[in-house]
Amino acid sequence: MAGNERVDVLIIGSGASGAAVAWSLAETRMRILCLEQGDWVRSTDLPSNGRDWEARRYTDFDISPNRRGRDTDYPVNDDNSLMKIANFNGVGGGTVIYTAHWPRMHPSDFKVKSLDGVADDWPVDYWTLERFYDENDRMMGVSGLAGDPGVPPRNPPMPPIPLGKTGAHYAKAMNRLGWHWWPSDTTIATTAYDGRAACINLGHCTPGCAQGAKASTDITYWPLALRAGVELRTRCRVREITTNEHGMAAGAIYYDADGREHFQPAEVVIVACNGIGTPRLLLASASARFPNGLANSSGLLGKNLMLHPWPIVSGYVEEALDGGRAPITSMWSKQFYETDPARGFVRGYTLQFNRGTGPANEAITAAATGRLPWGRDHHRVYRELLGHRVGIGVACEDLPEEHNRVTLDPVLKDSHGIPAPRIDYAISENTRRMMEHGIARAEEILTEAGAKRLHASRTVLNSPGHLLGTARMGDDPERSVVNGWGRCHDVKNLFIVDGSIWVTSGGVNPTSTIQALALYIADQMKQRLATLFD
Amino acid sequence: MGNDAETGLSAAEIRDLGDIAGTMIPADPAFGVPGADDPAILADIARSVGRDLPLVRQAVAAIAAKSVGGFADLDRDGKEALINDYYAHGGAPAVALGRVILGAYYRDDRVLLALGLEARAPFPKGYVLEQGDWSLLDAVRKRAPFWRDDRTTTAGER
Ligand SMILES: Cc1cc2nc3c(=O)[nH]c(=O)nc-3n(C[C@H](O)[C@H](O)[C@H](O)COP(=O)(O)OP(=O)(O)OC[C@H]3O[C@@H](n4cnc5c(N)ncnc54)[C@H](O)[C@@H]3O)c2cc1C
Ligand code: SF4
Repeated sequence: MAGNERVDVLIIGSGASGAAVAWSLAETRMRILCLEQGDWVRSTDLPSNGRDWEARRYTDFDISPNRRGRDTDYPVNDDNSLMKIANFNGVGGGTVIYTAHWPRMHPSDFKVKSLDGVADDWPVDYWTLERFYDENDRMMGVSGLAGDPGVPPRNPPMPPIPLGKTGAHYAKAMNRLGWHWWPSDTTIATTAYDGRAACINLGHCTPGCAQGAKASTDITYWPLALRAGVELRTRCRVREITTNEHGMAAGAIYYDADGREHFQPAEVVIVACNGIGTPRLLLASASARFPNGLANSSGLLGKNLMLHPWPIVSGYVEEALDGGRAPITSMWSKQFYETDPARGFVRGYTLQFNRGTGPANEAITAAATGRLPWGRDHHRVYRELLGHRVGIGVACEDLPEEHNRVTLDPVLKDSHGIPAPRIDYAISENTRRMMEHGIARAEEILTEAGAKRLHASRTVLNSPGHLLGTARMGDDPERSVVNGWGRCHDVKNLFIVDGSIWVTSGGVNPTSTIQALALYIADQMKQRLATLFD
Repeated sequence: MGNDAETGLSAAEIRDLGDIAGTMIPADPAFGVPGADDPAILADIARSVGRDLPLVRQAVAAIAAKSVGGFADLDRDGKEALINDYYAHGGAPAVALGRVILGAYYRDDRVLLALGLEARAPFPKGYVLEQGDWSLLDAVRKRAPFWRDDRTTTAGER
């Protein structure tokens, strides 16, 4: 096995959180190395450059690693879960193919036990994270509009995405119902921003933005981190984190692009492999010293997986809209976000209003939901659908439950022989009630908007790629994997900074909070450098 | 008969696929569109099957099995009824068949132009999105903040 030069900090995973932590720590001038199993994605390779742009959503840019099947992906056994796993493995991680919807958690999301009597409070609160949210918004480049009465004050650096025809159509219906709506915050640049070009409405943000208007960390944090001296090695897949006789992390064993095995020694190891990849790696790092997996004395590693069930209700209006020619994200509603016991469930959800998609995807989704017939009537019906779609996603908070979990699959392995993660996930009764409530409200809104041919899809098709909770934070080592600033209770030079440290999931897309937390943890590390391992 | 090296499908399978595709999306002079069995579109469909080859094969075989006397010999009504019924109940193979056919059909220049769309990739030209009527937001701006402030809210309060 090749031995490498020791580094001060080894970061595993270059996605949303790994990039943020690398950039933040770079100012310490420590020697920092990041190992990433995937490649850099060139903007010229993104689907919207070519005529097969829609079809590639189902091949090399599919959101499921199992279908995408790149050699840089690892398989996931998600047979025992109605929610399928979506991710991307490459520089930028999930941000390469995310939709760039950018809500923050609410202050109440960090206090679910004290406010609503369920799950646990977080060891940090919104106000501690606020300045890191702001810093991250500047770094990622956020567009939006201040003054929203549904969320705490924030001040996005760029103006919001235009309402367009679709947004205005929704807005009128929401105003008639008297329900809250606001243009969404997004990480889509609406003006030139920090070297990024403004959005030109390719309408195809999720599988990568060829214009570079959508903020993925390969074009935001990474160029700055690299310039500041951080090293990033791609196509390096970590097999395990090793420990020394003092029970501290010694470094990591990984395979390089040629399949050669290396040992990378490090003073500090930071894991940023996401809510599936992180428990997988730590469980695979079991040893005589840590027989149940590394940092797993609580037995909670891999447990409490939260995936955000995400029903989508869609329909078609008579008016021609602007779907497929603008970012899919349009606006949000916080009308049903905060707990109201009268609804029959605790916690709540965000409604996310979407624009329609391109011609092939419109046909594919309409056919799959029985709204586009085959045969003589196909063309007539299709013309009533294309450009007329409205759709609302219901972003439901699922609460932590130990039986929802990631374990190592006894049979399935990746191309290096590392056990694949196995997902066991069931939707709770509280979440089911929340989903049905959200579906009914979305149907009301779409009906008010004049939509017909309504269809509610409840799970399978809508996995949002939010992977949370499998190495939760907390002050009690028996009830959590990491402490209030990301350090593993069991291994004092091992940190976790990705979505796995979440205590509860909120009813919002998670990445702004994942990155705010990563910046907070990096800040704590910098402040505590002299006593980091005490 | 050997399989086509590029598509993995045999000539007979491509012929059957063409018959099915042309039933699913027939040519329609009134709308000025070719059918999905048009030679250029069918060739694109066959080329696009890729990782869905096993599922598409299963779908074509299932349709053949359901067609008493062979799919090609059914009349147009019979073919359409069979396809619509199969698609509704055929699971993953049916979905894969539909996805491959639609993906290739709705990127054909003639089809896009007939729909009034431009036959081009989104990048680099993009599109224009109108601002829309921002005065619609005035009603919402008037609302008092309604997020729960944990610094002032206690359990049970909204
Ligand atoms: C289709 C889709 C749409 C989404 N839309 C939104 C949205 O609109 N808004 C939002 O907030 N969020 C969205 N998300 C979620 C967002 O992508 C994630 O929340 C975010 O990327 C998670 O950050 P992370 O740092 O936890 O992990 P990731 O970004 O997933 O990064 C983990 C990285 O670790 C690497 N890695 C894993 N294991 C190893 C190993 N053993 N060795 C080396 N490297 C390894 C992976 O290759 C990957 O690059 C979406 C996700 C998907 C898939
Ligand atoms: S709509 Fe804007 S952000 Fe989305 S892909 Fe196009 S240019 Fe990029």
